[in-house]
Amino acid sequence: MAALSAFQAWMSDFAEVIGQNAEHLTDLDRAIGDGDHGSNMTRGTSKTAALAEAEEFDNSAAYLKKVGMTLVSNVGGASGPLFGTFFLRLGGALGDAEDIDAATFGKALHAGVGGVLARGKAEVGDKTMFDAWSPALEAYDAAVTDGGDLQAALQAAVDGAKQGRDATVDLVARKGRASYLGERSKGHQDPGATSTVLLLESALRTLA
Amino acid sequence: MKKLINDPDNVISDALQGIAAAHPDRIKVDHENRIIYRTDGPREGKVGLVSGGGSGHEPLHGGFVGVGMLDAACAGEMFTSPVPDQMMAATKAVDGGVGVLHIVKNYTGDVLNFEMAAELAEAEAGTEVRSVVTDDDVAVQDSLFTAGRRGVGVTVLLEKIVGAAAEDGATLDECFNLATRVNEQGATMGMALTSCTVPAAGKPTFELADDEMEIGIGIHGEPGRETKKLAPAKDIAAMLTEPVVSDLGLAEGDTVIAMMNGMGGTPLIELYVMYNEVAALLDAAGIKVERNLVGNYITSLEMAGCSLTLLKVDDEMLRHWDAPVNTPGLRWGV
Repeated sequence: MAALSAFQAWMSDFAEVIGQNAEHLTDLDRAIGDGDHGSNMTRGTSKTAALAEAEEFDNSAAYLKKVGMTLVSNVGGASGPLFGTFFLRLGGALGDAEDIDAATFGKALHAGVGGVLARGKAEVGDKTMFDAWSPALEAYDAAVTDGGDLQAALQAAVDGAKQGRDATVDLVARKGRASYLGERSKGHQDPGATSTVLLLESALRTLA
Repeated sequence: MKKLINDPDNVISDALQGIAAAHPDRIKVDHENRIIYRTDGPREGKVGLVSGGGSGHEPLHGGFVGVGMLDAACAGEMFTSPVPDQMMAATKAVDGGVGVLHIVKNYTGDVLNFEMAAELAEAEAGTEVRSVVTDDDVAVQDSLFTAGRRGVGVTVLLEKIVGAAAEDGATLDECFNLATRVNEQGATMGMALTSCTVPAAGKPTFELADDEMEIGIGIHGEPGRETKKLAPAKDIAAMLTEPVVSDLGLAEGDTVIAMMNGMGGTPLIELYVMYNEVAALLDAAGIKVERNLVGNYITSLEMAGCSLTLLKVDDEMLRHWDAPVNTPGLRWGV
Protein backbone atom coordinates (compact mmCIF):
# COMPACT_ATOMS: atom_id res chain seq x y z
CA MET A 1 0.00 0.00 0.00
CA ALA A 2 1.27 3.46 -0.80
CA ALA A 3 1.55 5.21 2.53
CA LEU A 4 0.73 8.72 1.34
CA SER A 5 -2.69 7.89 -0.07
CA ALA A 6 -3.54 5.90 3.05
CA PHE A 7 -2.64 8.82 5.28
CA GLN A 8 -4.74 11.11 3.12
CA ALA A 9 -7.66 8.71 3.46
CA TRP A 10 -7.06 8.73 7.22
CA MET A 11 -7.38 12.51 7.40
CA SER A 12 -10.42 12.51 5.18
CA ASP A 13 -12.11 9.87 7.33
CA PHE A 14 -11.10 11.64 10.54
CA ALA A 15 -12.61 14.92 9.34
CA GLU A 16 -15.86 13.13 8.57
CA VAL A 17 -15.98 11.46 11.99
CA ILE A 18 -15.13 14.68 13.82
CA GLY A 19 -17.94 16.38 11.92
CA GLN A 20 -20.38 13.67 12.95
CA ASN A 21 -19.25 13.79 16.57
CA ALA A 22 -18.73 17.53 16.91
CA GLU A 23 -21.82 18.07 19.01
CA HIS A 24 -20.98 15.15 21.28
CA LEU A 25 -17.44 16.47 21.80
CA THR A 26 -18.75 19.93 22.54
CA ASP A 27 -21.27 18.54 25.03
CA LEU A 28 -18.51 16.64 26.84
CA ASP A 29 -16.43 19.81 26.90
CA ARG A 30 -19.31 21.90 28.15
CA ALA A 31 -19.54 19.68 31.24
CA ILE A 32 -15.95 20.17 32.38
CA GLY A 33 -14.40 22.71 30.04
CA ASP A 34 -15.66 25.56 27.94
CA GLY A 35 -17.78 23.83 25.36
CA ASP A 36 -15.79 24.28 22.18
CA HIS A 37 -13.84 21.06 21.57
CA GLY A 38 -16.14 19.95 18.75
CA SER A 39 -16.11 23.24 16.89
CA ASN A 40 -12.35 23.70 17.35
CA MET A 41 -11.57 20.21 16.04
CA THR A 42 -13.96 20.64 13.12
CA ARG A 43 -12.23 23.85 12.12
CA GLY A 44 -8.88 22.05 12.01
CA THR A 45 -9.89 18.75 10.46
CA SER A 46 -11.87 20.34 7.66
CA LYS A 47 -8.65 22.16 6.71
CA THR A 48 -6.46 19.05 6.93
CA ALA A 49 -8.94 17.03 4.86
CA ALA A 50 -8.70 19.64 2.09
CA LEU A 51 -4.88 19.52 1.98
CA ALA A 52 -4.72 16.50 -0.30
CA GLU A 53 -6.62 18.30 -3.05
CA ALA A 54 -4.93 21.64 -2.57
CA GLU A 55 -1.33 20.56 -3.05
CA GLU A 56 0.99 17.75 -4.07
CA PHE A 57 3.14 16.06 -1.46
CA ASP A 58 6.41 14.24 -2.14
CA ASN A 59 5.98 11.76 0.68
CA SER A 60 4.06 10.87 3.83
CA ALA A 61 6.42 12.77 6.08
CA ALA A 62 5.87 16.04 4.23
CA TYR A 63 2.12 15.48 4.21
CA LEU A 64 1.83 14.59 7.90
CA LYS A 65 3.99 17.54 8.92
CA LYS A 66 1.72 19.81 6.94
CA VAL A 67 -1.27 18.21 8.68
CA GLY A 68 0.40 18.98 12.01
CA MET A 69 1.08 22.62 11.15
CA THR A 70 -2.45 22.99 9.80
CA LEU A 71 -3.92 21.73 13.07
CA VAL A 72 -1.63 24.00 15.09
CA SER A 73 -2.65 26.96 12.92
CA ASN A 74 -6.38 26.34 12.95
CA VAL A 75 -7.58 24.48 16.02
CA GLY A 76 -6.46 26.81 18.80
CA GLY A 77 -6.87 25.98 22.45
CA ALA A 78 -4.73 23.18 23.88
CA SER A 79 -5.89 20.61 21.32
CA GLY A 80 -4.25 22.48 18.42
CA PRO A 81 -0.67 22.30 19.75
CA LEU A 82 -1.23 18.77 21.12
CA PHE A 83 -2.73 17.09 18.04
CA GLY A 84 -0.51 19.28 15.85
CA THR A 85 2.64 18.16 17.64
CA PHE A 86 1.46 14.54 17.37
CA PHE A 87 1.36 14.75 13.56
CA LEU A 88 4.57 16.80 13.29
CA ARG A 89 6.47 14.12 15.19
CA LEU A 90 4.63 11.26 13.49
CA GLY A 91 5.66 12.64 10.11
CA GLY A 92 9.20 13.32 11.27
CA ALA A 93 9.63 9.73 12.45
CA LEU A 94 8.25 8.19 9.25
CA GLY A 95 10.84 9.93 7.14
CA ASP A 96 10.73 8.66 3.56
CA ALA A 97 9.22 5.25 4.39
CA GLU A 98 7.19 4.20 1.35
CA ASP A 99 5.19 1.40 2.86
CA ILE A 100 3.96 1.24 6.38
CA ASP A 101 3.90 -1.91 8.43
CA ALA A 102 3.19 -2.46 12.10
CA ALA A 103 6.78 -1.81 13.15
CA THR A 104 7.29 1.39 11.13
CA PHE A 105 4.00 2.86 12.21
CA GLY A 106 4.64 1.83 15.81
CA LYS A 107 7.91 3.74 15.83
CA ALA A 108 6.15 6.81 14.43
CA LEU A 109 3.30 6.45 16.90
CA HIS A 110 5.80 6.48 19.77
CA ALA A 111 7.35 9.66 18.41
CA GLY A 112 3.94 11.29 18.01
CA VAL A 113 2.76 10.43 21.50
CA GLY A 114 6.15 11.50 22.84
CA GLY A 115 5.42 14.89 21.30
CA VAL A 116 2.04 15.06 23.02
CA LEU A 117 3.78 14.26 26.30
CA ALA A 118 6.56 16.81 25.83
CA ARG A 119 4.10 19.57 24.95
CA GLY A 120 1.34 18.80 27.44
CA LYS A 121 3.43 17.41 30.32
CA ALA A 122 0.52 15.25 31.42
CA GLU A 123 0.73 11.95 33.25
CA VAL A 124 -1.55 8.96 33.17
CA GLY A 125 -4.48 9.67 35.46
CA ASP A 126 -4.56 13.44 34.87
CA LYS A 127 -7.81 13.03 32.88
CA THR A 128 -6.44 14.20 29.54
CA MET A 129 -5.99 12.80 26.04
CA PHE A 130 -2.84 11.11 27.31
CA ASP A 131 -5.06 8.71 29.27
CA ALA A 132 -6.19 7.33 25.91
CA TRP A 133 -2.80 7.59 24.17
CA SER A 134 -0.82 5.74 26.81
CA PRO A 135 -2.82 2.47 26.98
CA ALA A 136 -3.24 2.62 23.19
CA LEU A 137 0.50 2.64 22.76
CA GLU A 138 1.01 -0.20 25.24
CA ALA A 139 -1.62 -2.35 23.56
CA TYR A 140 -0.16 -1.58 20.13
CA ASP A 141 3.32 -2.66 21.26
CA ALA A 142 1.98 -5.83 22.86
CA ALA A 143 0.17 -6.77 19.66
CA VAL A 144 3.32 -6.24 17.60
CA THR A 145 5.34 -8.33 20.06
CA ASP A 146 2.76 -11.09 19.62
CA GLY A 147 3.41 -10.99 15.91
CA GLY A 148 0.33 -9.01 14.98
CA ASP A 149 0.17 -7.05 11.71
CA LEU A 150 -0.82 -3.39 11.37
CA GLN A 151 -4.51 -4.26 11.46
CA ALA A 152 -4.13 -6.27 14.69
CA ALA A 153 -1.92 -3.64 16.27
CA LEU A 154 -4.27 -0.78 15.44
CA GLN A 155 -7.24 -2.81 16.66
CA ALA A 156 -5.40 -3.34 19.95
CA ALA A 157 -4.58 0.38 20.11
CA VAL A 158 -8.24 1.28 19.60
CA ASP A 159 -9.31 -1.12 22.35
CA GLY A 160 -6.64 0.24 24.70
CA ALA A 161 -7.60 3.84 23.94
CA LYS A 162 -11.27 3.09 24.58
CA GLN A 163 -10.49 1.60 27.97
CA GLY A 164 -8.37 4.62 28.80
CA ARG A 165 -11.09 6.97 27.60
CA ASP A 166 -13.75 5.20 29.68
CA ALA A 167 -11.49 5.30 32.71
CA THR A 168 -11.32 9.11 32.52
CA VAL A 169 -14.94 9.25 33.70
CA ASP A 170 -13.97 8.43 37.30
CA LEU A 171 -10.86 10.58 37.36
CA VAL A 172 -10.40 14.00 38.93
CA ALA A 173 -8.80 16.30 36.36
CA ARG A 174 -5.31 17.52 37.17
CA LYS A 175 -4.43 19.25 33.91
CA GLY A 176 -6.20 21.63 31.57
CA ARG A 177 -9.28 23.66 32.17
CA ALA A 178 -11.20 20.78 33.78
CA SER A 179 -8.68 20.79 36.66
CA TYR A 180 -10.28 24.00 37.96
CA LEU A 181 -13.34 21.95 38.86
CA GLY A 182 -11.48 19.62 41.19
CA GLU A 183 -13.77 16.88 42.48
CA ARG A 184 -16.59 18.18 40.31
CA SER A 185 -14.76 16.97 37.21
CA LYS A 186 -15.51 13.39 38.31
CA GLY A 187 -18.26 11.60 36.46
CA HIS A 188 -17.48 13.17 33.10
CA GLN A 189 -15.59 11.68 30.18
CA ASP A 190 -12.60 13.65 28.94
CA PRO A 191 -13.23 15.26 25.51
CA GLY A 192 -9.57 15.01 24.39
CA ALA A 193 -9.42 11.30 25.22
CA THR A 194 -12.65 10.92 23.26
CA SER A 195 -11.30 12.56 20.11
CA THR A 196 -8.11 10.51 20.48
CA VAL A 197 -10.19 7.32 20.24
CA LEU A 198 -11.88 8.73 17.13
CA LEU A 199 -8.48 9.37 15.56
CA LEU A 200 -7.28 5.82 16.24
CA GLU A 201 -10.55 4.23 15.06
CA SER A 202 -10.17 6.25 11.90
CA ALA A 203 -6.59 4.98 11.53
CA LEU A 204 -7.81 1.39 11.86
CA ARG A 205 -10.38 1.93 9.09
CA THR A 206 -7.97 3.57 6.66
CA LEU A 207 -4.37 2.49 7.33
CA ALA A 208 -4.71 -1.24 7.96
CA MET B 1 -30.15 32.72 22.23
CA LYS B 2 -30.76 36.45 21.82
CA LYS B 3 -27.68 38.32 20.67
CA LEU B 4 -26.82 41.36 18.56
CA ILE B 5 -25.09 39.38 15.87
CA ASN B 6 -25.46 38.66 12.17
CA ASP B 7 -24.22 35.10 12.13
CA PRO B 8 -22.63 33.08 14.96
CA ASP B 9 -19.70 32.28 12.67
CA ASN B 10 -18.91 35.94 11.95
CA VAL B 11 -19.11 37.53 15.38
CA ILE B 12 -15.36 37.96 15.82
CA SER B 13 -14.60 39.23 12.32
CA ASP B 14 -17.58 41.61 12.46
CA ALA B 15 -16.42 42.92 15.85
CA LEU B 16 -12.87 43.43 14.55
CA GLN B 17 -14.30 45.43 11.65
CA GLY B 18 -16.18 47.44 14.26
CA ILE B 19 -13.19 48.19 16.46
CA ALA B 20 -11.25 49.25 13.34
CA ALA B 21 -14.10 51.54 12.29
CA ALA B 22 -14.46 53.03 15.77
CA HIS B 23 -10.83 53.75 16.64
CA PRO B 24 -8.77 54.42 13.50
CA ASP B 25 -6.86 57.12 15.41
CA ARG B 26 -5.37 54.61 17.83
CA ILE B 27 -5.43 51.14 16.30
CA LYS B 28 -5.30 49.28 13.01
CA VAL B 29 -6.45 45.75 12.37
CA ASP B 30 -4.88 42.94 10.34
CA HIS B 31 -8.16 41.20 9.59
CA GLU B 32 -6.61 38.18 7.95
CA ASN B 33 -4.51 37.32 11.00
CA ARG B 34 -6.93 38.85 13.50
CA ILE B 35 -4.33 41.09 15.10
CA ILE B 36 -4.94 44.56 16.50
CA TYR B 37 -1.90 46.89 16.30
CA ARG B 38 -1.30 50.39 17.52
CA THR B 39 -1.06 52.83 14.61
CA ASP B 40 2.33 54.27 15.53
CA GLY B 41 4.41 51.12 15.97
CA PRO B 42 6.88 49.59 15.93
CA ARG B 43 9.18 52.10 17.57
CA GLU B 44 12.92 51.54 17.34
CA GLY B 45 14.40 50.81 20.76
CA LYS B 46 11.07 50.14 22.47
CA VAL B 47 10.23 46.73 23.89
CA GLY B 48 7.19 45.34 22.08
CA LEU B 49 4.28 44.10 24.18
CA VAL B 50 2.14 41.37 22.66
CA SER B 51 -0.82 39.75 24.30
CA GLY B 52 -3.86 37.90 23.14
CA GLY B 53 -6.31 35.26 24.07
CA GLY B 54 -9.72 33.94 23.32
CA SER B 55 -12.35 36.45 22.23
CA GLY B 56 -15.31 37.24 24.47
CA HIS B 57 -13.35 39.11 27.17
CA GLU B 58 -13.52 42.57 25.59
CA PRO B 59 -12.13 45.13 26.12
CA LEU B 60 -9.28 42.69 26.96
CA HIS B 61 -6.97 42.46 24.98
CA GLY B 62 -7.61 44.38 21.76
CA GLY B 63 -9.15 47.29 23.65
CA PHE B 64 -5.87 47.80 25.46
CA VAL B 65 -3.74 48.33 22.37
CA GLY B 66 -2.35 51.83 22.00
CA VAL B 67 0.08 54.34 23.46
CA GLY B 68 1.13 53.32 26.97
CA MET B 69 -0.20 49.79 26.82
CA LEU B 70 0.01 46.93 24.28
CA ASP B 71 1.63 47.05 20.84
CA ALA B 72 -0.45 44.18 19.52
CA ALA B 73 -3.21 41.82 20.59
CA CYS B 74 -4.15 38.55 18.88
CA ALA B 75 -7.82 37.63 18.90
CA GLY B 76 -8.61 33.93 19.14
CA GLU B 77 -11.91 32.23 18.55
CA MET B 78 -14.51 32.68 21.28
CA PHE B 79 -12.89 31.59 24.58
CA THR B 80 -10.19 29.79 22.59
CA SER B 81 -6.52 30.68 22.47
CA PRO B 82 -5.21 32.30 19.30
CA VAL B 83 -2.82 30.17 17.23
CA PRO B 84 0.99 30.48 16.99
CA ASP B 85 0.82 31.96 13.46
CA GLN B 86 -0.99 35.01 14.82
CA MET B 87 1.42 35.46 17.71
CA MET B 88 4.44 35.05 15.44
CA ALA B 89 3.14 37.63 12.98
CA ALA B 90 2.42 40.06 15.82
CA THR B 91 5.79 39.44 17.47
CA LYS B 92 7.74 40.12 14.27
CA ALA B 93 5.66 43.20 13.47
CA VAL B 94 6.16 44.95 16.83
CA ASP B 95 9.84 44.11 17.28
CA GLY B 96 11.66 47.42 17.68
CA GLY B 97 14.99 45.63 17.86
CA VAL B 98 15.13 45.20 21.63
CA GLY B 99 12.85 42.23 22.13
CA VAL B 100 9.23 41.42 22.70
CA LEU B 101 7.35 40.54 25.90
CA HIS B 102 4.47 38.09 25.63
CA ILE B 103 1.75 38.57 28.21
CA VAL B 104 -0.06 35.26 28.57
CA LYS B 105 -2.97 34.33 30.80
CA ASN B 106 -2.45 30.97 32.47
CA TYR B 107 -4.66 28.60 30.52
CA THR B 108 -3.25 25.44 29.01
CA GLY B 109 -4.18 26.45 25.47
CA ASP B 110 -2.79 29.98 25.71
CA VAL B 111 0.44 28.79 27.30
CA LEU B 112 1.03 26.03 24.71
CA ASN B 113 0.30 28.28 21.72
CA PHE B 114 2.42 31.19 22.99
CA GLU B 115 5.25 28.73 23.77
CA MET B 116 5.20 27.43 20.19
CA ALA B 117 5.06 31.00 18.85
CA ALA B 118 8.02 32.14 20.94
CA GLU B 119 10.10 29.14 19.80
CA LEU B 120 9.24 29.80 16.15
CA ALA B 121 9.77 33.59 16.32
CA GLU B 122 13.20 33.14 17.86
CA ALA B 123 14.14 30.45 15.35
CA GLU B 124 12.80 32.24 12.27
CA ALA B 125 13.32 35.93 12.90
CA GLY B 126 15.82 35.96 15.75
CA THR B 127 13.46 38.04 17.86
CA GLU B 128 14.20 37.81 21.56
CA VAL B 129 11.02 36.86 23.35
CA ARG B 130 10.28 36.63 27.06
CA SER B 131 6.93 35.57 28.42
CA VAL B 132 5.11 36.43 31.60
CA VAL B 133 2.24 34.14 32.50
CA THR B 134 -0.38 35.73 34.75
CA ASP B 135 -1.94 33.47 37.37
CA ASP B 136 -3.77 35.61 39.88
CA ASP B 137 -7.07 33.79 40.43
CA VAL B 138 -7.19 32.79 44.08
CA ALA B 139 -10.28 30.63 43.44
CA VAL B 140 -8.02 27.97 41.99
CA GLN B 141 -5.76 26.11 44.32
CA ASP B 142 -2.22 26.37 43.01
CA SER B 143 -0.93 22.86 43.35
CA LEU B 144 0.45 19.97 41.39
CA PHE B 145 -3.12 18.83 40.98
CA THR B 146 -4.37 21.67 38.81
CA ALA B 147 -3.16 23.53 35.75
CA GLY B 148 -2.34 26.26 38.27
CA ARG B 149 -4.18 29.48 38.93
CA ARG B 150 -5.97 31.12 36.05
CA GLY B 151 -4.85 34.45 34.69
CA VAL B 152 -7.60 37.02 35.14
CA GLY B 153 -7.92 40.62 36.39
CA VAL B 154 -4.26 41.27 37.14
CA THR B 155 -3.63 40.96 33.39
CA VAL B 156 -5.38 44.32 32.85
CA LEU B 157 -3.33 46.11 35.51
CA LEU B 158 -0.13 44.46 34.27
CA GLU B 159 -0.70 45.52 30.67
CA LYS B 160 -1.16 49.13 31.85
CA ILE B 161 1.81 49.25 34.19
CA VAL B 162 4.31 47.37 32.03
CA GLY B 163 3.00 49.20 28.96
CA ALA B 164 3.98 52.49 30.58
CA ALA B 165 7.39 51.13 31.54
CA ALA B 166 8.06 49.98 27.96
CA GLU B 167 6.93 53.38 26.65
CA ASP B 168 9.43 54.89 29.10
CA GLY B 169 12.32 52.91 27.60
CA ALA B 170 12.55 49.98 30.02
CA THR B 171 14.58 47.04 28.71
CA LEU B 172 13.09 43.62 28.02
CA ASP B 173 14.49 42.27 31.29
CA GLU B 174 13.16 45.27 33.21
CA CYS B 175 9.73 44.82 31.64
CA PHE B 176 9.79 41.12 32.46
CA ASN B 177 10.84 41.72 36.06
CA LEU B 178 8.21 44.40 36.60
CA ALA B 179 5.55 42.17 35.01
CA THR B 180 6.56 39.30 37.28
CA ARG B 181 6.33 41.56 40.33
CA VAL B 182 2.87 42.82 39.34
CA ASN B 183 1.68 39.25 38.86
CA GLU B 184 3.07 38.19 42.22
CA GLN B 185 1.62 41.15 44.09
CA GLY B 186 -1.86 40.95 42.60
CA ALA B 187 -4.76 38.60 43.18
CA THR B 188 -8.35 38.22 41.99
CA MET B 189 -11.56 36.52 43.05
CA GLY B 190 -14.67 36.41 40.87
CA MET B 191 -18.32 35.39 41.06
CA ALA B 192 -21.22 34.96 38.66
CA LEU B 193 -24.97 35.44 38.86
CA THR B 194 -25.62 33.88 35.46
CA SER B 195 -23.85 31.74 32.90
CA CYS B 196 -23.06 32.90 29.38
CA THR B 197 -23.69 31.59 25.89
CA VAL B 198 -20.96 31.09 23.29
CA PRO B 199 -22.68 32.08 20.00
CA ALA B 200 -21.55 28.95 18.13
CA ALA B 201 -22.81 26.70 20.94
CA GLY B 202 -26.14 28.48 21.25
CA LYS B 203 -26.83 27.41 24.81
CA PRO B 204 -25.49 28.49 28.21
CA THR B 205 -22.18 26.95 29.26
CA PHE B 206 -23.50 25.95 32.68
CA GLU B 207 -26.78 26.09 34.58
CA LEU B 208 -27.42 28.30 37.56
CA ALA B 209 -30.81 28.50 39.30
CA ASP B 210 -32.49 31.87 39.87
CA ASP B 211 -31.57 31.88 43.56
CA GLU B 212 -28.00 30.65 43.11
CA MET B 213 -24.60 32.18 42.45
CA GLU B 214 -21.27 30.68 41.49
CA ILE B 215 -18.29 31.69 43.62
CA GLY B 216 -14.76 31.45 42.24
CA ILE B 217 -15.79 31.80 38.61
CA GLY B 218 -13.30 32.10 35.77
CA ILE B 219 -13.80 34.09 32.59
CA HIS B 220 -14.88 31.33 30.19
CA GLY B 221 -18.23 30.38 31.56
CA GLU B 222 -16.57 27.40 33.21
CA PRO B 223 -18.17 26.54 36.54
CA GLY B 224 -16.44 27.97 39.59
CA ARG B 225 -15.39 26.67 42.97
CA GLU B 226 -18.82 26.30 44.55
CA THR B 227 -22.46 27.11 44.00
CA LYS B 228 -24.10 29.07 46.80
CA LYS B 229 -27.45 30.65 47.60
CA LEU B 230 -27.65 34.24 46.49
CA ALA B 231 -26.65 36.70 49.23
CA PRO B 232 -26.67 40.49 49.77
CA ALA B 233 -23.87 42.51 48.08
CA LYS B 234 -22.27 43.09 51.47
CA ASP B 235 -21.80 39.35 52.02
CA ILE B 236 -20.61 38.72 48.47
CA ALA B 237 -18.07 41.54 48.86
CA ALA B 238 -16.68 39.79 51.91
CA MET B 239 -16.51 36.46 50.02
CA LEU B 240 -14.39 38.18 47.35
CA THR B 241 -12.29 40.46 49.53
CA GLU B 242 -11.21 38.07 52.26
CA PRO B 243 -9.52 35.44 50.06
CA VAL B 244 -7.73 38.14 48.04
CA VAL B 245 -6.50 40.02 51.11
CA SER B 246 -5.35 36.84 52.82
CA ASP B 247 -3.66 35.49 49.68
CA LEU B 248 -1.63 38.69 49.29
CA GLY B 249 -0.99 38.86 53.02
CA LEU B 250 -2.18 42.48 53.03
CA ALA B 251 -1.88 44.24 56.36
CA GLU B 252 -2.71 47.59 57.87
CA GLY B 253 -0.83 50.35 56.11
CA ASP B 254 -0.51 48.54 52.76
CA THR B 255 -1.49 50.41 49.62
CA VAL B 256 -3.33 48.88 46.65
CA ILE B 257 -4.92 49.47 43.30
CA ALA B 258 -8.44 47.99 43.43
CA MET B 259 -10.38 46.90 40.36
CA MET B 260 -14.08 46.10 40.66
CA ASN B 261 -14.59 44.42 37.32
CA GLY B 262 -17.87 43.55 35.66
CA MET B 263 -18.24 40.20 33.88
CA GLY B 264 -20.15 41.78 31.00
CA GLY B 265 -23.79 41.50 32.01
CA THR B 266 -23.85 43.45 35.26
CA PRO B 267 -24.88 47.11 35.25
CA LEU B 268 -22.44 49.73 36.51
CA ILE B 269 -24.80 50.68 39.32
CA GLU B 270 -24.35 47.22 40.85
CA LEU B 271 -20.58 47.40 40.40
CA TYR B 272 -20.63 50.63 42.42
CA VAL B 273 -22.73 48.94 45.10
CA MET B 274 -20.07 46.24 45.24
CA TYR B 275 -17.18 48.71 45.16
CA ASN B 276 -18.68 50.55 48.10
CA GLU B 277 -18.80 47.37 50.17
CA VAL B 278 -15.27 46.35 49.20
CA ALA B 279 -13.89 49.84 49.94
CA ALA B 280 -15.50 49.76 53.38
CA LEU B 281 -13.97 46.35 54.15
CA LEU B 282 -10.52 47.50 53.02
CA ASP B 283 -10.85 50.72 54.98
CA ALA B 284 -11.77 48.79 58.11
CA ALA B 285 -8.65 46.67 57.62
CA GLY B 286 -6.48 49.76 57.26
CA ILE B 287 -5.63 49.00 53.63
CA LYS B 288 -5.39 52.15 51.54
CA VAL B 289 -6.84 52.14 48.02
CA GLU B 290 -4.50 54.47 46.09
CA ARG B 291 -6.24 54.08 42.73
CA ASN B 292 -9.26 52.19 41.49
CA LEU B 293 -11.06 51.03 38.38
CA VAL B 294 -14.77 50.27 38.32
CA GLY B 295 -16.25 48.90 35.11
CA ASN B 296 -16.11 46.11 32.53
CA TYR B 297 -12.45 45.41 31.72
CA ILE B 298 -12.11 41.62 31.49
CA THR B 299 -15.43 40.03 30.73
CA SER B 300 -17.05 36.72 29.97
CA LEU B 301 -19.54 37.61 27.22
CA GLU B 302 -22.91 38.46 28.81
CA MET B 303 -22.23 36.78 32.13
CA ALA B 304 -23.60 38.72 35.10
CA GLY B 305 -21.25 38.98 38.04
CA CYS B 306 -18.01 40.63 39.04
CA SER B 307 -14.46 40.10 40.13
CA LEU B 308 -12.28 41.94 42.58
CA THR B 309 -8.59 42.44 41.85
CA LEU B 310 -6.20 43.95 44.36
CA LEU B 311 -2.62 44.85 43.48
CA LYS B 312 -0.21 45.78 46.25
CA VAL B 313 1.60 48.77 44.79
CA ASP B 314 4.84 50.64 45.29
CA ASP B 315 5.83 54.07 43.97
CA GLU B 316 7.24 52.70 40.70
CA MET B 317 4.01 50.86 39.88
CA LEU B 318 1.91 53.91 40.78
CA ARG B 319 4.03 56.16 38.58
CA HIS B 320 3.50 53.80 35.63
CA TRP B 321 -0.19 53.49 36.47
CA ASP B 322 -0.58 57.29 36.30
CA ALA B 323 1.39 57.64 33.05
CA PRO B 324 -0.60 58.58 29.94
CA VAL B 325 -2.53 55.83 28.19
CA ASN B 326 -4.53 56.10 25.00
CA THR B 327 -6.33 52.90 24.06
CA PRO B 328 -9.96 52.16 23.19
CA GLY B 329 -10.49 50.64 26.64
CA LEU B 330 -8.39 52.86 28.92
CA ARG B 331 -7.54 56.48 28.33
CA TRP B 332 -6.11 59.15 30.61
CA GLY B 333 -3.39 61.75 30.75
CA VAL B 334 -3.56 62.50 27.01
